[in-house]
Amino acid sequence: MTPFPVAREPGARPGAFAWLLLAPLLVWLALFVVVPALLLLGCSFGERDEFGQVLWGFSLENYARLLDPVYLRIFLRSLGFAALTTVLCLLIGYPVAYHLARAAPRVRELLLLLVLVPFWTSFLVRTYAWMAILREEGLLNALVAWLQPAWAPLGLLYTPAAVVTGLVYSYLPFLILPVYASVEKLDGALIEAAHDLGAGPWRVFPAVILPLTLPGIAAGVTLVFVPAVAMFAVTDLLGGARVPLIGNVIQNQFLQARDWPFGAALGVALLGLFLVSQMLLRALRPRGALRG
Amino acid sequence: MAASRPPLFSPAAGPRLLAAGLRGWTALVLLFLYLPVLVLVVYSFNAARLGVGWEGFSGRWYAELLRQTPLQRAALNSLVIATATTLLSVVLGTLGAWLLHRHRFPGRDLLESLINLPMVMPEILLGISLLVLFALAGVELGFTTVIIGHVTFSFPFVLVAVRARLQGLDPALEEAARDLGATPWGAFRLVILPALRPALLAGGLMAFLLSWDELIVTYFTASAAAATLPLKVFGLAKVGLNPVLNALSALFLLVTLAGVAFSAYLRRAPR
Repeated sequence: MTPFPVAREPGARPGAFAWLLLAPLLVWLALFVVVPALLLLGCSFGERDEFGQVLWGFSLENYARLLDPVYLRIFLRSLGFAALTTVLCLLIGYPVAYHLARAAPRVRELLLLLVLVPFWTSFLVRTYAWMAILREEGLLNALVAWLQPAWAPLGLLYTPAAVVTGLVYSYLPFLILPVYASVEKLDGALIEAAHDLGAGPWRVFPAVILPLTLPGIAAGVTLVFVPAVAMFAVTDLLGGARVPLIGNVIQNQFLQARDWPFGAALGVALLGLFLVSQMLLRALRPRGALRG
Repeated sequence: MAASRPPLFSPAAGPRLLAAGLRGWTALVLLFLYLPVLVLVVYSFNAARLGVGWEGFSGRWYAELLRQTPLQRAALNSLVIATATTLLSVVLGTLGAWLLHRHRFPGRDLLESLINLPMVMPEILLGISLLVLFALAGVELGFTTVIIGHVTFSFPFVLVAVRARLQGLDPALEEAARDLGATPWGAFRLVILPALRPALLAGGLMAFLLSWDELIVTYFTASAAAATLPLKVFGLAKVGLNPVLNALSALFLLVTLAGVAFSAYLRRAPR
Protein backbone atom coordinates (compact mmCIF):
# COMPACT_ATOMS: atom_id res chain seq x y z
CA MET A 1 0.00 0.00 0.00
CA THR A 2 1.24 3.45 -0.79
CA PRO A 3 2.15 5.52 2.23
CA PHE A 4 -0.52 8.02 3.08
CA PRO A 5 0.77 11.31 1.74
CA VAL A 6 -0.84 13.64 4.20
CA ALA A 7 -1.43 12.69 7.78
CA ARG A 8 -4.96 11.61 8.54
CA GLU A 9 -5.54 13.25 11.85
CA PRO A 10 -5.46 17.05 11.81
CA GLY A 11 -2.60 18.48 13.73
CA ALA A 12 -0.06 15.90 12.67
CA ARG A 13 3.37 16.85 11.44
CA PRO A 14 3.66 16.87 7.69
CA GLY A 15 5.49 14.02 5.95
CA ALA A 16 7.89 14.35 3.06
CA PHE A 17 5.09 14.42 0.52
CA ALA A 18 3.25 17.17 2.35
CA TRP A 19 6.40 19.26 2.48
CA LEU A 20 6.73 18.74 -1.26
CA LEU A 21 3.20 20.05 -1.74
CA LEU A 22 3.92 22.96 0.56
CA ALA A 23 7.13 23.82 -1.28
CA PRO A 24 5.61 25.99 -4.05
CA LEU A 25 3.86 28.12 -1.47
CA LEU A 26 7.00 28.51 0.66
CA VAL A 27 9.15 29.34 -2.34
CA TRP A 28 6.60 31.85 -3.58
CA LEU A 29 6.37 33.64 -0.26
CA ALA A 30 10.14 33.65 0.20
CA LEU A 31 10.85 34.93 -3.31
CA PHE A 32 8.09 37.47 -3.66
CA VAL A 33 7.38 38.66 -0.12
CA VAL A 34 10.38 38.09 2.14
CA VAL A 35 13.26 38.73 -0.26
CA PRO A 36 11.70 41.87 -1.79
CA ALA A 37 11.01 43.27 1.67
CA LEU A 38 14.64 42.69 2.68
CA LEU A 39 15.85 44.22 -0.57
CA LEU A 40 13.70 47.26 0.06
CA LEU A 41 15.24 47.58 3.50
CA GLY A 42 18.72 47.17 2.03
CA CYS A 43 18.00 49.68 -0.70
CA SER A 44 16.90 52.27 1.85
CA PHE A 45 20.47 52.35 3.21
CA GLY A 46 21.91 52.94 -0.24
CA GLU A 47 22.48 56.02 -2.29
CA ARG A 48 21.77 56.93 -5.86
CA ASP A 49 24.29 58.00 -8.42
CA GLU A 50 23.73 60.81 -10.91
CA PHE A 51 22.03 58.43 -13.36
CA GLY A 52 19.49 57.32 -10.80
CA GLN A 53 21.18 53.94 -10.30
CA VAL A 54 21.19 52.46 -6.82
CA LEU A 55 24.57 52.42 -5.10
CA TRP A 56 24.39 49.82 -2.36
CA GLY A 57 26.01 50.74 0.87
CA PHE A 58 25.20 51.68 4.40
CA SER A 59 24.17 55.24 4.97
CA LEU A 60 21.44 56.60 7.17
CA GLU A 61 21.14 59.70 5.08
CA ASN A 62 17.78 58.74 3.59
CA TYR A 63 16.34 58.31 7.04
CA ALA A 64 17.77 61.64 8.10
CA ARG A 65 15.98 63.18 5.13
CA LEU A 66 12.70 61.72 6.40
CA LEU A 67 12.94 64.10 9.33
CA ASP A 68 12.87 67.07 6.98
CA PRO A 69 9.75 69.10 7.93
CA VAL A 70 8.50 68.81 4.34
CA TYR A 71 8.26 65.04 4.60
CA LEU A 72 7.13 65.01 8.19
CA ARG A 73 4.28 67.25 7.18
CA ILE A 74 3.34 64.90 4.36
CA PHE A 75 3.45 61.93 6.71
CA LEU A 76 1.26 63.75 9.21
CA ARG A 77 -1.13 64.84 6.50
CA SER A 78 -1.43 61.25 5.24
CA LEU A 79 -2.18 60.04 8.73
CA GLY A 80 -4.67 62.85 9.24
CA PHE A 81 -6.49 62.20 5.97
CA ALA A 82 -6.60 58.47 6.65
CA ALA A 83 -7.83 59.04 10.21
CA LEU A 84 -10.51 61.45 9.04
CA THR A 85 -11.57 59.01 6.33
CA THR A 86 -11.75 56.19 8.88
CA VAL A 87 -13.80 58.20 11.37
CA LEU A 88 -16.21 59.34 8.66
CA CYS A 89 -16.58 55.79 7.35
CA LEU A 90 -17.29 54.60 10.89
CA LEU A 91 -19.88 57.30 11.57
CA ILE A 92 -21.59 56.82 8.22
CA GLY A 93 -21.18 53.07 7.96
CA TYR A 94 -21.84 51.75 11.45
CA PRO A 95 -25.57 52.54 11.51
CA VAL A 96 -25.92 51.04 8.04
CA ALA A 97 -24.13 47.84 9.05
CA TYR A 98 -26.26 47.69 12.15
CA HIS A 99 -29.48 48.13 10.26
CA LEU A 100 -28.40 45.53 7.70
CA ALA A 101 -27.63 42.92 10.31
CA ARG A 102 -30.89 43.36 12.17
CA ALA A 103 -33.16 43.53 9.12
CA ALA A 104 -35.53 40.72 8.18
CA PRO A 105 -33.71 37.97 6.23
CA ARG A 106 -35.25 38.87 2.86
CA VAL A 107 -34.44 42.56 3.19
CA ARG A 108 -31.03 41.79 4.60
CA GLU A 109 -30.06 39.69 1.62
CA LEU A 110 -31.07 42.47 -0.76
CA LEU A 111 -29.33 45.19 1.25
CA LEU A 112 -26.18 43.11 1.51
CA LEU A 113 -26.12 42.71 -2.24
CA LEU A 114 -26.58 46.47 -2.57
CA VAL A 115 -23.47 47.03 -0.44
CA LEU A 116 -21.48 44.34 -2.23
CA VAL A 117 -21.87 45.90 -5.66
CA PRO A 118 -20.00 49.12 -4.77
CA PHE A 119 -17.52 46.99 -2.78
CA TRP A 120 -16.58 45.19 -5.96
CA THR A 121 -16.89 48.13 -8.31
CA SER A 122 -13.55 49.35 -9.56
CA PHE A 123 -12.32 52.14 -7.30
CA LEU A 124 -11.05 53.89 -10.42
CA VAL A 125 -14.56 54.03 -11.82
CA ARG A 126 -15.87 55.32 -8.51
CA THR A 127 -13.15 57.97 -8.26
CA TYR A 128 -13.67 58.99 -11.84
CA ALA A 129 -17.38 59.44 -11.13
CA TRP A 130 -16.50 62.01 -8.47
CA MET A 131 -14.23 63.84 -10.89
CA ALA A 132 -17.21 64.24 -13.18
CA ILE A 133 -19.37 65.53 -10.34
CA LEU A 134 -16.90 67.88 -8.69
CA ARG A 135 -15.22 69.54 -11.67
CA GLU A 136 -15.92 73.14 -12.55
CA GLU A 137 -18.43 72.28 -15.29
CA GLY A 138 -19.70 69.34 -13.28
CA LEU A 139 -23.07 68.41 -11.90
CA LEU A 140 -22.59 69.87 -8.44
CA ASN A 141 -21.49 73.22 -9.79
CA ALA A 142 -24.44 73.22 -12.18
CA LEU A 143 -26.66 72.74 -9.16
CA VAL A 144 -24.91 75.54 -7.30
CA ALA A 145 -25.25 77.85 -10.30
CA TRP A 146 -28.95 77.11 -10.42
CA LEU A 147 -29.57 77.64 -6.72
CA GLN A 148 -27.09 80.39 -5.95
CA PRO A 149 -25.67 81.83 -9.18
CA ALA A 150 -23.41 84.24 -7.31
CA TRP A 151 -21.38 81.38 -5.81
CA ALA A 152 -20.70 79.46 -8.98
CA PRO A 153 -18.38 78.07 -9.94
CA LEU A 154 -16.99 76.66 -6.72
CA GLY A 155 -13.53 75.14 -6.97
CA LEU A 156 -14.41 71.71 -5.65
CA LEU A 157 -12.09 69.40 -7.52
CA TYR A 158 -8.42 69.25 -6.52
CA THR A 159 -9.10 70.16 -2.89
CA PRO A 160 -8.50 68.22 0.33
CA ALA A 161 -12.27 67.90 0.70
CA ALA A 162 -12.47 66.21 -2.70
CA VAL A 163 -9.73 63.76 -1.69
CA VAL A 164 -11.46 62.84 1.58
CA THR A 165 -14.81 62.49 -0.19
CA GLY A 166 -13.22 60.16 -2.71
CA LEU A 167 -11.51 58.13 0.00
CA VAL A 168 -14.70 57.79 2.05
CA TYR A 169 -16.64 56.84 -1.05
CA SER A 170 -14.03 54.22 -1.97
CA TYR A 171 -13.62 52.63 1.43
CA LEU A 172 -17.10 52.85 2.99
CA PRO A 173 -18.11 49.31 1.95
CA PHE A 174 -14.85 48.00 3.47
CA LEU A 175 -16.08 49.21 6.84
CA ILE A 176 -19.72 48.23 6.50
CA LEU A 177 -19.06 44.58 5.68
CA PRO A 178 -16.92 43.54 8.68
CA VAL A 179 -19.07 45.54 11.11
CA TYR A 180 -22.13 43.90 9.61
CA ALA A 181 -20.57 40.48 10.19
CA SER A 182 -19.98 41.19 13.87
CA VAL A 183 -23.41 42.73 14.50
CA GLU A 184 -24.93 39.71 12.81
CA LYS A 185 -23.21 37.43 15.33
CA LEU A 186 -24.44 39.54 18.22
CA ASP A 187 -26.70 37.58 20.54
CA GLY A 188 -30.04 39.35 20.73
CA ALA A 189 -30.67 37.80 24.14
CA LEU A 190 -27.90 39.93 25.63
CA ILE A 191 -29.62 43.08 24.45
CA GLU A 192 -32.93 41.78 25.69
CA ALA A 193 -31.33 41.11 29.07
CA ALA A 194 -30.01 44.65 29.23
CA HIS A 195 -33.50 45.94 28.49
CA ASP A 196 -35.02 43.74 31.15
CA LEU A 197 -32.53 45.16 33.59
CA GLY A 198 -33.89 48.58 32.77
CA ALA A 199 -31.40 49.95 30.27
CA GLY A 200 -32.80 52.19 27.54
CA PRO A 201 -31.44 52.25 24.00
CA TRP A 202 -28.96 55.00 24.86
CA ARG A 203 -27.49 52.83 27.62
CA VAL A 204 -27.58 49.56 25.70
CA PHE A 205 -25.57 50.85 22.78
CA PRO A 206 -22.40 51.94 24.62
CA ALA A 207 -22.68 49.28 27.32
CA VAL A 208 -23.53 46.20 25.28
CA ILE A 209 -23.63 46.63 21.54
CA LEU A 210 -20.48 48.66 21.00
CA PRO A 211 -18.11 46.44 23.02
CA LEU A 212 -19.52 43.30 21.42
CA THR A 213 -19.00 44.61 17.90
CA LEU A 214 -15.49 45.86 18.59
CA PRO A 215 -13.84 43.03 16.62
CA GLY A 216 -15.79 44.06 13.51
CA ILE A 217 -14.95 47.70 14.09
CA ALA A 218 -11.25 46.84 14.47
CA ALA A 219 -11.29 44.84 11.24
CA GLY A 220 -13.15 47.58 9.38
CA VAL A 221 -10.86 50.30 10.69
CA THR A 222 -7.81 48.35 9.48
CA LEU A 223 -9.36 47.78 6.08
CA VAL A 224 -10.00 51.50 5.68
CA PHE A 225 -7.06 53.12 7.45
CA VAL A 226 -4.20 51.05 6.03
CA PRO A 227 -4.95 51.47 2.33
CA ALA A 228 -6.07 55.08 2.86
CA VAL A 229 -2.68 56.09 4.31
CA ALA A 230 -0.81 54.83 1.28
CA MET A 231 -3.28 55.62 -1.48
CA PHE A 232 -1.90 57.65 -4.35
CA ALA A 233 -4.37 57.09 -7.18
CA VAL A 234 -7.39 58.74 -5.54
CA THR A 235 -5.26 61.64 -4.34
CA ASP A 236 -3.77 62.04 -7.82
CA LEU A 237 -7.17 62.15 -9.48
CA LEU A 238 -9.16 64.19 -6.96
CA GLY A 239 -6.39 66.19 -5.32
CA GLY A 240 -4.31 66.93 -8.37
CA ALA A 241 -0.74 67.61 -7.32
CA ARG A 242 -1.91 69.98 -4.60
CA VAL A 243 -2.36 67.60 -1.71
CA PRO A 244 0.40 65.00 -1.99
CA LEU A 245 0.21 62.16 0.49
CA ILE A 246 2.94 59.72 1.39
CA GLY A 247 1.87 57.35 -1.38
CA ASN A 248 2.30 60.08 -3.98
CA VAL A 249 5.79 60.89 -2.75
CA ILE A 250 6.89 57.24 -2.80
CA GLN A 251 5.44 56.75 -6.25
CA ASN A 252 7.23 59.88 -7.42
CA GLN A 253 10.60 58.80 -5.99
CA PHE A 254 10.40 55.47 -7.78
CA LEU A 255 9.06 56.49 -11.16
CA GLN A 256 9.81 60.17 -11.80
CA ALA A 257 12.58 61.40 -9.50
CA ARG A 258 14.28 58.01 -9.72
CA ASP A 259 15.67 58.20 -6.22
CA TRP A 260 14.95 54.62 -5.24
CA PRO A 261 16.91 54.61 -1.97
CA PHE A 262 14.94 57.56 -0.63
CA GLY A 263 11.69 56.04 -1.91
CA ALA A 264 12.66 52.80 -0.19
CA ALA A 265 13.30 54.64 3.10
CA LEU A 266 9.84 56.20 2.83
CA GLY A 267 8.45 52.74 2.14
CA VAL A 268 10.20 51.25 5.16
CA ALA A 269 8.82 54.05 7.33
CA LEU A 270 5.34 53.30 5.98
CA LEU A 271 5.85 49.60 6.67
CA GLY A 272 6.91 50.41 10.23
CA LEU A 273 3.82 52.53 10.67
CA PHE A 274 1.67 49.72 9.32
CA LEU A 275 3.19 47.14 11.65
CA VAL A 276 2.79 49.41 14.68
CA SER A 277 -0.86 50.07 13.81
CA GLN A 278 -1.47 46.33 13.45
CA MET A 279 0.05 45.66 16.85
CA LEU A 280 -1.99 48.45 18.44
CA LEU A 281 -5.18 47.05 16.95
CA ARG A 282 -4.34 43.56 18.14
CA ALA A 283 -3.73 44.89 21.64
CA LEU A 284 -7.05 46.74 21.60
CA ARG A 285 -9.04 43.79 20.38
CA PRO A 286 -11.04 42.13 23.14
CA ARG A 287 -10.15 38.52 23.77
CA GLY A 288 -11.89 35.42 25.01
CA ALA A 289 -15.59 35.26 25.76
CA LEU A 290 -16.48 38.40 23.88
CA ARG A 291 -15.29 37.12 20.54
CA GLY A 292 -17.79 35.78 17.99
CA MET B 1 -32.50 31.72 13.29
CA ALA B 2 -33.50 35.19 12.25
CA ALA B 3 -37.13 34.76 13.17
CA SER B 4 -36.34 34.34 16.84
CA ARG B 5 -34.38 37.55 16.96
CA PRO B 6 -36.02 39.75 19.57
CA PRO B 7 -36.86 43.29 18.59
CA LEU B 8 -34.03 45.52 19.60
CA PHE B 9 -35.78 48.34 21.35
CA SER B 10 -39.19 47.09 22.21
CA PRO B 11 -40.94 49.56 24.47
CA ALA B 12 -42.42 52.90 23.47
CA ALA B 13 -42.29 55.10 20.43
CA GLY B 14 -38.75 56.45 20.80
CA PRO B 15 -37.20 53.17 19.68
CA ARG B 16 -39.55 52.97 16.73
CA LEU B 17 -38.37 56.41 15.74
CA LEU B 18 -34.82 55.16 16.05
CA ALA B 19 -35.56 52.20 13.79
CA ALA B 20 -37.11 54.52 11.21
CA GLY B 21 -34.09 56.75 11.48
CA LEU B 22 -31.78 53.81 10.85
CA ARG B 23 -33.80 52.80 7.82
CA GLY B 24 -33.75 56.33 6.46
CA TRP B 25 -30.02 56.65 7.06
CA THR B 26 -29.35 53.37 5.26
CA ALA B 27 -31.37 54.55 2.29
CA LEU B 28 -29.42 57.82 2.22
CA VAL B 29 -26.06 56.07 2.38
CA LEU B 30 -27.04 53.68 -0.39
CA LEU B 31 -28.10 56.68 -2.45
CA PHE B 32 -24.68 58.21 -1.76
CA LEU B 33 -23.01 55.00 -2.89
CA TYR B 34 -25.04 54.62 -6.06
CA LEU B 35 -25.82 58.11 -7.30
CA PRO B 36 -22.33 59.05 -8.56
CA VAL B 37 -21.88 55.89 -10.60
CA LEU B 38 -25.43 56.06 -11.90
CA VAL B 39 -24.81 59.61 -13.07
CA LEU B 40 -21.75 58.31 -14.87
CA VAL B 41 -23.75 55.60 -16.62
CA VAL B 42 -26.49 58.05 -17.65
CA TYR B 43 -23.95 60.51 -19.03
CA SER B 44 -22.23 57.77 -21.01
CA PHE B 45 -25.31 57.95 -23.25
CA ASN B 46 -25.23 61.73 -23.56
CA ALA B 47 -24.48 63.00 -27.05
CA ALA B 48 -22.69 66.05 -25.61
CA ARG B 49 -18.96 65.82 -25.21
CA LEU B 50 -18.60 66.91 -21.63
CA GLY B 51 -21.35 69.38 -20.80
CA VAL B 52 -23.82 68.97 -17.99
CA GLY B 53 -26.70 69.60 -20.37
CA TRP B 54 -28.44 66.70 -21.99
CA GLU B 55 -28.09 66.81 -25.75
CA GLY B 56 -29.89 63.65 -26.59
CA PHE B 57 -29.44 59.95 -26.24
CA SER B 58 -26.53 58.55 -28.16
CA GLY B 59 -24.37 55.46 -28.33
CA ARG B 60 -21.51 57.34 -29.94
CA TRP B 61 -19.10 56.95 -27.01
CA TYR B 62 -19.56 53.21 -27.10
CA ALA B 63 -18.91 53.25 -30.83
CA GLU B 64 -15.86 55.38 -30.14
CA LEU B 65 -14.71 52.77 -27.66
CA LEU B 66 -14.70 50.19 -30.44
CA ARG B 67 -12.24 52.33 -32.38
CA GLN B 68 -9.82 52.72 -29.46
CA THR B 69 -7.36 49.95 -30.15
CA PRO B 70 -5.01 50.79 -27.25
CA LEU B 71 -7.89 50.41 -24.80
CA GLN B 72 -8.92 47.12 -26.38
CA ARG B 73 -5.36 45.92 -26.21
CA ALA B 74 -5.27 46.85 -22.52
CA ALA B 75 -8.55 45.04 -21.91
CA LEU B 76 -7.12 41.93 -23.52
CA ASN B 77 -3.98 42.24 -21.37
CA SER B 78 -6.14 42.56 -18.27
CA LEU B 79 -8.10 39.48 -19.25
CA VAL B 80 -4.95 37.41 -19.81
CA ILE B 81 -3.39 38.59 -16.56
CA ALA B 82 -6.55 38.07 -14.51
CA THR B 83 -7.03 34.57 -15.91
CA ALA B 84 -3.45 33.52 -15.21
CA THR B 85 -3.67 35.08 -11.75
CA THR B 86 -6.87 33.19 -11.00
CA LEU B 87 -5.46 29.81 -12.03
CA LEU B 88 -2.22 30.22 -10.11
CA SER B 89 -3.96 31.65 -7.05
CA VAL B 90 -6.44 28.79 -6.91
CA VAL B 91 -3.64 26.20 -7.07
CA LEU B 92 -1.41 27.93 -4.51
CA GLY B 93 -4.31 28.86 -2.25
CA THR B 94 -5.86 25.39 -2.24
CA LEU B 95 -2.53 23.68 -1.56
CA GLY B 96 -1.79 26.07 1.26
CA ALA B 97 -5.25 25.78 2.78
CA TRP B 98 -5.16 22.00 2.71
CA LEU B 99 -1.73 21.73 4.30
CA LEU B 100 -2.32 24.41 6.91
CA HIS B 101 -5.62 22.77 7.76
CA ARG B 102 -4.01 19.38 8.18
CA HIS B 103 -0.68 20.01 9.80
CA ARG B 104 0.99 21.58 12.77
CA PHE B 105 4.67 22.28 12.36
CA PRO B 106 7.24 24.68 13.72
CA GLY B 107 7.00 28.06 12.07
CA ARG B 108 3.35 27.54 11.17
CA ASP B 109 2.25 30.76 12.86
CA LEU B 110 5.00 32.68 11.12
CA LEU B 111 3.93 31.18 7.81
CA GLU B 112 0.36 32.25 8.45
CA SER B 113 1.38 35.82 9.19
CA LEU B 114 3.45 35.82 6.02
CA ILE B 115 0.46 34.65 4.00
CA ASN B 116 -1.77 37.30 5.53
CA LEU B 117 0.75 40.07 5.04
CA PRO B 118 0.21 40.74 1.31
CA MET B 119 -3.53 40.75 1.95
CA VAL B 120 -3.42 43.52 4.52
CA MET B 121 -0.31 45.59 3.88
CA PRO B 122 -0.51 48.70 1.70
CA GLU B 123 -0.29 47.61 -1.93
CA ILE B 124 2.27 50.25 -2.73
CA LEU B 125 4.79 48.41 -0.53
CA LEU B 126 4.31 45.20 -2.47
CA GLY B 127 4.67 47.19 -5.68
CA ILE B 128 7.92 48.95 -4.85
CA SER B 129 9.55 45.96 -3.17
CA LEU B 130 8.81 43.78 -6.20
CA LEU B 131 10.13 46.52 -8.46
CA VAL B 132 13.41 46.53 -6.54
CA LEU B 133 13.57 42.73 -6.76
CA PHE B 134 12.95 42.64 -10.50
CA ALA B 135 15.42 45.42 -11.17
CA LEU B 136 18.12 43.72 -9.14
CA ALA B 137 17.47 40.30 -10.64
CA GLY B 138 17.53 41.82 -14.12
CA VAL B 139 13.99 40.63 -14.88
CA GLU B 140 12.39 42.76 -17.56
CA LEU B 141 8.96 44.08 -16.59
CA GLY B 142 6.08 42.56 -18.51
CA PHE B 143 3.22 40.10 -18.18
CA THR B 144 5.12 37.73 -15.91
CA THR B 145 6.05 40.40 -13.41
CA VAL B 146 2.47 41.72 -13.24
CA ILE B 147 1.09 38.21 -12.77
CA ILE B 148 3.62 37.54 -10.00
CA GLY B 149 2.50 40.69 -8.20
CA HIS B 150 -1.19 39.88 -8.62
CA VAL B 151 -0.87 36.27 -7.47
CA THR B 152 1.04 37.36 -4.37
CA PHE B 153 -1.89 39.38 -3.02
CA SER B 154 -4.68 37.22 -4.54
CA PHE B 155 -3.86 33.70 -3.43
CA PRO B 156 -4.27 34.46 0.30
CA PHE B 157 -7.91 35.31 -0.40
CA VAL B 158 -8.42 31.92 -2.04
CA LEU B 159 -6.59 30.27 0.82
CA VAL B 160 -8.87 31.87 3.41
CA ALA B 161 -12.02 30.89 1.49
CA VAL B 162 -10.91 27.29 0.99
CA ARG B 163 -9.71 26.94 4.55
CA ALA B 164 -13.01 28.16 5.98
CA ARG B 165 -14.74 25.51 3.90
CA LEU B 166 -12.30 22.79 4.99
CA GLN B 167 -12.92 23.65 8.62
CA GLY B 168 -16.62 23.12 8.05
CA LEU B 169 -16.11 19.68 6.51
CA ASP B 170 -16.71 16.52 8.48
CA PRO B 171 -13.38 14.62 8.65
CA ALA B 172 -15.40 11.40 8.77
CA LEU B 173 -16.26 11.89 5.09
CA GLU B 174 -12.71 11.36 3.99
CA GLU B 175 -12.14 8.55 6.43
CA ALA B 176 -15.22 6.77 5.16
CA ALA B 177 -13.92 7.04 1.63
CA ARG B 178 -10.57 5.64 2.75
CA ASP B 179 -12.22 2.82 4.65
CA LEU B 180 -14.18 1.98 1.53
CA GLY B 181 -10.90 1.51 -0.27
CA ALA B 182 -10.24 4.86 -1.94
CA THR B 183 -6.60 5.81 -2.36
CA PRO B 184 -5.59 9.06 -0.65
CA TRP B 185 -5.62 10.82 -3.97
CA GLY B 186 -8.94 9.20 -4.84
CA ALA B 187 -10.46 10.36 -1.57
CA PHE B 188 -9.21 13.87 -2.18
CA ARG B 189 -10.48 13.94 -5.75
CA LEU B 190 -13.84 12.25 -5.13
CA VAL B 191 -14.74 13.56 -1.70
CA ILE B 192 -12.82 16.66 -0.72
CA LEU B 193 -12.57 18.43 -4.06
CA PRO B 194 -16.32 18.33 -4.84
CA ALA B 195 -17.02 19.59 -1.34
CA LEU B 196 -14.59 22.46 -1.91
CA ARG B 197 -16.16 23.49 -5.21
CA PRO B 198 -18.15 26.48 -3.89
CA ALA B 199 -15.10 27.79 -2.06
CA LEU B 200 -12.88 27.29 -5.09
CA LEU B 201 -15.34 29.12 -7.33
CA ALA B 202 -15.83 31.94 -4.84
CA GLY B 203 -12.09 32.27 -4.18
CA GLY B 204 -11.31 32.10 -7.89
CA LEU B 205 -13.89 34.77 -8.66
CA MET B 206 -12.40 36.96 -5.96
CA ALA B 207 -8.89 36.49 -7.36
CA PHE B 208 -10.15 37.34 -10.84
CA LEU B 209 -11.93 40.52 -9.75
CA LEU B 210 -9.00 41.61 -7.57
CA SER B 211 -6.60 41.23 -10.48
CA TRP B 212 -8.99 42.75 -13.02
CA ASP B 213 -9.34 45.91 -10.94
CA GLU B 214 -5.81 46.20 -9.56
CA LEU B 215 -3.90 49.40 -10.19
CA ILE B 216 -1.22 50.02 -7.59
CA VAL B 217 0.92 46.89 -7.84
CA THR B 218 0.48 46.90 -11.62
CA TYR B 219 1.65 50.49 -11.72
CA PHE B 220 5.09 49.42 -10.50
CA THR B 221 5.43 46.05 -12.22
CA ALA B 222 4.02 46.50 -15.73
CA SER B 223 5.75 47.50 -18.95
CA ALA B 224 3.96 49.62 -21.53
CA ALA B 225 3.22 46.51 -23.58
CA ALA B 226 1.67 44.74 -20.61
CA ALA B 227 -0.37 47.74 -19.44
CA THR B 228 -3.71 46.69 -18.00
CA LEU B 229 -7.04 48.41 -18.44
CA PRO B 230 -6.98 50.10 -14.99
CA LEU B 231 -3.52 51.44 -15.77
CA LYS B 232 -4.72 52.93 -19.06
CA VAL B 233 -7.87 54.33 -17.47
CA PHE B 234 -5.79 55.91 -14.71
CA GLY B 235 -3.53 57.53 -17.28
CA LEU B 236 -6.49 58.91 -19.21
CA ALA B 237 -8.37 60.08 -16.11
CA LYS B 238 -5.29 61.93 -14.87
CA VAL B 239 -5.30 64.04 -18.00
CA GLY B 240 -8.95 64.94 -17.49
CA LEU B 241 -12.44 63.87 -18.26
CA ASN B 242 -13.07 61.93 -21.39
CA PRO B 243 -16.53 60.80 -22.55
CA VAL B 244 -15.10 57.51 -23.77
CA LEU B 245 -14.15 56.81 -20.17
CA ASN B 246 -17.80 57.22 -19.17
CA ALA B 247 -18.75 54.46 -21.58
CA LEU B 248 -15.86 52.30 -20.40
CA SER B 249 -16.83 52.82 -16.77
CA ALA B 250 -20.37 51.72 -17.56
CA LEU B 251 -19.00 48.53 -19.10
CA PHE B 252 -16.80 47.99 -16.04
CA LEU B 253 -19.90 48.23 -13.88
CA LEU B 254 -21.59 45.63 -16.02
CA VAL B 255 -18.69 43.21 -15.43
CA THR B 256 -18.87 43.87 -11.68
CA LEU B 257 -22.63 43.33 -11.60
CA ALA B 258 -22.20 40.03 -13.42
CA GLY B 259 -19.52 38.97 -10.93
CA VAL B 260 -21.61 39.89 -7.89
CA ALA B 261 -24.68 38.17 -9.33
CA PHE B 262 -22.58 35.07 -9.96
CA SER B 263 -21.25 35.03 -6.42
CA ALA B 264 -24.75 35.55 -5.01
CA TYR B 265 -25.85 32.59 -7.10
CA LEU B 266 -22.93 30.57 -5.69
CA ARG B 267 -23.95 31.39 -2.14
CA ARG B 268 -27.49 30.27 -2.79
CA ALA B 269 -26.55 27.12 -4.66
CA PRO B 270 -26.97 23.97 -2.55
CA ARG B 271 -23.70 22.87 -1.05
